[in-house]
Amino acid sequence: MAKRNSGNPNTPERVTGDAPSQLERHQDPGLPPHRPRLADKDPKAANRAEKQVSILFIVSIIGTLVFFIGYFGVDISNDVEALRLQNMLLGLGTAFAMLGIGTGIVHWAKTLMPDHEVVESRKPITKEADRADAERIVGDILDESGIKRRPLIRNTLLGAMVLAPLPAIAIFRDLGPLPGDKLSHTMWDEGVRLTLDPSGTPIRAADVTIGSAVHVIPEGLKEAEHKLEEKAKAVVLLMRLNPEDLDPSEGREDWGYEGIVAYSKICTHVGCPVALYEQQTHHLLCPCHQSTFDLTQECKVIFGPAVRPLPQLPITVNSEGYLVAQSDFHEPVGPSYWERG
Amino acid sequence: MSTSTAQYEPKTRVGRITNFVDQRVGGSGMVKEFGRKVFPDHWSFMFGEVALYSFVILLLTGTFLTFFFDPSMAETHYDGSYVPLKGVEMSVAYASALDISFDIRGGLFMRQMHHWAALLFVAAVSVHMLRVFFTGAFRKPRELNWVVGSVLLILGLAEGFTGYSLPDDLLSGNGLRIIDGVIKAIPVVGSYISFFLFGGEFPGTVIIPRLYVLHILLIPAIILLMIAIHLFMVVVHKHTQFPGPGRTNNNVVGFPVGPVYAAKAGGFFFIVFGVLALMAGFFTINPIWNYGPYDPSPISAGTQPDWYIGWVDGALRLMPGVGEFVIFGFTLSLNVLIPALGPALLLFTLMFTWPWLEAWVTKDKREHHLLDRPRNAPTRTAIGVAGVVFYCVMWAAASSDLIATHFSLSLNDVTYWLRALFFLGPIIGFLVAKRIALALQRKDREIALHGRETGRIVRLPHGEFIEVHEPLDEYHQYKLVNYESPEVVPPQPNAEGKITTAEKARGVLSRIFFEDRVAPPTPAEVEAAHSHGGHGEVEAEHEDQESLPRQ
Repeated sequence: MAKRNSGNPNTPERVTGDAPSQLERHQDPGLPPHRPRLADKDPKAANRAEKQVSILFIVSIIGTLVFFIGYFGVDISNDVEALRLQNMLLGLGTAFAMLGIGTGIVHWAKTLMPDHEVVESRKPITKEADRADAERIVGDILDESGIKRRPLIRNTLLGAMVLAPLPAIAIFRDLGPLPGDKLSHTMWDEGVRLTLDPSGTPIRAADVTIGSAVHVIPEGLKEAEHKLEEKAKAVVLLMRLNPEDLDPSEGREDWGYEGIVAYSKICTHVGCPVALYEQQTHHLLCPCHQSTFDLTQECKVIFGPAVRPLPQLPITVNSEGYLVAQSDFHEPVGPSYWERG
Repeated sequence: MSTSTAQYEPKTRVGRITNFVDQRVGGSGMVKEFGRKVFPDHWSFMFGEVALYSFVILLLTGTFLTFFFDPSMAETHYDGSYVPLKGVEMSVAYASALDISFDIRGGLFMRQMHHWAALLFVAAVSVHMLRVFFTGAFRKPRELNWVVGSVLLILGLAEGFTGYSLPDDLLSGNGLRIIDGVIKAIPVVGSYISFFLFGGEFPGTVIIPRLYVLHILLIPAIILLMIAIHLFMVVVHKHTQFPGPGRTNNNVVGFPVGPVYAAKAGGFFFIVFGVLALMAGFFTINPIWNYGPYDPSPISAGTQPDWYIGWVDGALRLMPGVGEFVIFGFTLSLNVLIPALGPALLLFTLMFTWPWLEAWVTKDKREHHLLDRPRNAPTRTAIGVAGVVFYCVMWAAASSDLIATHFSLSLNDVTYWLRALFFLGPIIGFLVAKRIALALQRKDREIALHGRETGRIVRLPHGEFIEVHEPLDEYHQYKLVNYESPEVVPPQPNAEGKITTAEKARGVLSRIFFEDRVAPPTPAEVEAAHSHGGHGEVEAEHEDQESLPRQ
């Protein structure tokens, strides 16, 4: 037995014995005597409480009236201010209607209804004899069914029961199509012009000033069959920096155009739009979970929960001076998934 | 039909109604059983009521909203009275949510009341569970009801999130997109589940109708069933009560259902209703018209999820960008999986298993109908506080950007601090809470033995100054001395005389739990202390403890 502290701060060296004996129990003084309330002793106080309760109920009636005044008396068509007023009157009316009843009843219960505490003894939840009976009955049922004696029946039944729910799962197969390669392609393709989000106006390289950031969608998005789904993958941020601030890695030297670079706007963490561009530091920040990408390092993650850099869209200009994509993204955009690779 | 000897003859109007009802459907037995059933009274027992009442209000306001809401994601152009959005392309769901807000009288009121009630529902369930945890109300025989309550909390979160997504505004759409990103991170089947859920690529055109069915049919039905089971078990077990004079493990002391308890509880429903109406009337919640329709490109900075989702979102934010691997050409995103599932798994596993875990450590298999004051279970209280701190750090992290902008701090620094607190916070919380609980127990012990300080200073003949202590009356005294104080139960050998590894582990836990304890004063100690005149003399009591207690 480990040595145990008695728990008494004055005698820490003492070691306790076993559970306290009956002798060591404190005497229960029983319920404290009932203290009469004012309304119990003084009929005047009781009458006063009665009046207070009915005043609260009358407040409730007034509240209901206020609700109707707000509902029928305020014309909200094409008027936001009137709507605000109506909403306040409805709230105020309902609040008074409900609080009047509620506080009235509680006040009534606390002042006028008997406040003598009642003692009820706890009965055992069940009888132990019943438990033995139940065990016997269940045993008899199992015996009579023969499920224990006939394992063939039991095992085939188990097998059937395991398989039977499978159709209930399989029947949900048509909830949606299989992903296929949909997650790894976007609308971007060779020669697709970069256009402004949401107007769809094509962008001239000459119009993008240094330091600016432009929200971009592919040309033809508005006419696309699955507009929102395509947009959810294809949105791009276009920024122009001093070309010397960029340090493109091998193979990516010609992905930008005179300091103009385009990156996927979909965060590689869980897919929020990375919409905040800090012009001075060239950082892109995702407002959902604060992943921060450094534009000067090809959108490498420098802070936050994302791991992969934002995919870059290779761009160039066409003969008319408009910015166009060289190809689709070279990797899937957005959050990671198992078969992404 | 022959008349029996003791035929009941109703004499009053109530009697005639009773007779009519009872002869047709029965019920007199119920009235006998429940009409005067006793419920203990304590302010902390009201949180469960708040949860129940806000659920009723959710059903009422939600039914109203279903009459006007159209969950279709078909494209439409807004043509309602809110001028800034006139002509804007949006989904029918969003347009109908705007119509509810601007063109249906009382619609905005009902929408806001529904949203506030939802926030209150989860909050009340959470606080109710904290009350149950800290007072030990989950102990035998109420373990299963604790489990049902935990299920209700999870269902409440699910119900909240599905409802939050329905208006198809920019905020909720981005919330769904985060969910989609988390789902895609699930190994092997992530993208498949995502495609099945959204009916193809995100966002698709089916997610809102599907969430709508879950939100208004499936989840509320299960919640209702769980509430029925929950309340049924409350009736079976009878309510717990705090220990005190006249209150024992074998009785229930309180007010009878009829009329006092029914009046108080019933009146309280109207009060909860009234407060929610006041909030709906005066405080804007989820102004969807400010956010605009869902569009995958824009996002507003500083957006927050509803409060009860915050802790998961915060965990996602706290995780540093490590842990994404490509193994044999497959991507494993632990940077998403760990924060999205880890803390939730940890908290919910502990929550579901706690009643059995504690019973195993204490080897206490008795029925408990008396509650613990939190200070009288210091280690449990400390563990609960550690859990609360753990939760709150993640919750604060969900607002890391707002904390940074409001207090002019660096966002990165806020995140670094919260990352440190994620690990240190629970430990500090545990230690501080345990010490405070023990200190409060010592204070109780001191007051029980030497009375309360009166503030009267007396100078004794030999010049010493003492403060006069006044003994408590017997009822207050009994509250301070009458509690259970479990002790360390060292590892016990089993039938074969062997101490198993599990038993050793239990012994270690038992020591951690109860090594530091302040024992309640024994009757002998009280007697000894009081026989010295109650003026604060303490020296003599040690010798007296050796003598037999005088009863």
